[in-house]
Amino acid sequence: MEVISFVALAAGLIIGLGAVGACIGIGIMGSKYLEAAARQPELMGELQTKMFLLAGLIDAAFIIGTGIALWFATANPFLAQIAQVAPK
Amino acid sequence: MAAENAAGHGGPTAGEYIIHHLTHWRNKELVGPFDLSVINLDSTVFTILLGVLGCFLLWKAARKATSGVPGRFQAAVEILVEMVDAQAKGIVHNAESRKLVAPLALTVFVWIFLLNAMDLLPVDLLPVVWAWIYGVAGHDPHHAYMRSVPTADLSITMGLSMGVLITCLVYNVKIKGVGGWIHELFTAPFGNHWALYPFNFMMQIIEFVAKTVSHGMRLFGNMYAGELIFLLIALMGGAFASVGLGTGIALAIGHIIAGSAWAIFHILIITLQAFVFMMLTLVYIGQAHDHH
Repeated sequence: MEVISFVALAAGLIIGLGAVGACIGIGIMGSKYLEAAARQPELMGELQTKMFLLAGLIDAAFIIGTGIALWFATANPFLAQIAQVAPK
Repeated sequence: MAAENAAGHGGPTAGEYIIHHLTHWRNKELVGPFDLSVINLDSTVFTILLGVLGCFLLWKAARKATSGVPGRFQAAVEILVEMVDAQAKGIVHNAESRKLVAPLALTVFVWIFLLNAMDLLPVDLLPVVWAWIYGVAGHDPHHAYMRSVPTADLSITMGLSMGVLITCLVYNVKIKGVGGWIHELFTAPFGNHWALYPFNFMMQIIEFVAKTVSHGMRLFGNMYAGELIFLLIALMGGAFASVGLGTGIALAIGHIIAGSAWAIFHILIITLQAFVFMMLTLVYIGQAHDHH
């Protein structure tokens, strides 16, 4: 039981903290892009390409964390260890 | 898992459904966490098939390419090639290297886009067809495992990023020479002093490892999380028959809406991830040309 509750908490923390970091990062980057586009509209297209690239990079760690957390939440690998310990 | 055995024998429980859909069709089971003799046959087959398909499409466009007014297909392929060429010209400044690196970037982009696009197929479609084929061939259909998205397999994405790493190492040696590159390994980034040699070397090794691992895991994480969310949305649809009439129908309608929204968002994600992988390939190979 404890393992299951800790795993649930862990999954929540992984997704939540990752989301905080990723969203703040994208927010800062997006606001800088909008400021730059307002200052120099002729650079908008070029900067947009770079902005999408940066969005992909910023989201990377967060989505890796979400994938791991969803894996824990659904096909929990720690329960196999419990099954080994239980009969003893 | 003990609590989930309470489900009826009629169908899999939620956990079992997800585990079944996350299991690869392998040639044999893993011994320990890292086993090089295991091949994920489903990923391998789809990767090869989609690679051949991508090559065939580009070849078809090149074969009939005319310098007059282009048809729609030729125009589309030209837009793609020009985009990749513009990015390559901006990042890799050596025209000789670009003869290999720009087509490499185009290959990486097209191939990864096609591999990622397998995630847009309905989650049960290919596994059900495969289970039917498996059953007809005489094996037990409950053990017919198939994962249709090759880039949601860590082996494939790390293989791609290790290919990029090897290309970087080859270009490092080619541009700087073996002696020049080894000198750079020990003197960059901190400086040319004998006491700094171990730290420089450690930083360079860490840099190579971190770049390669993050390159592969970024693509893997995006595709794996996307596939898992599709599976969870499919479970919402599966609740239609099992729960009471009110919640069942609401969940099924929710499943259609959520599925559509996530699939549309995922179209952006697959293109973006293929683009990010291509850009980073160019950036890493471009860094091999820089002298520190």
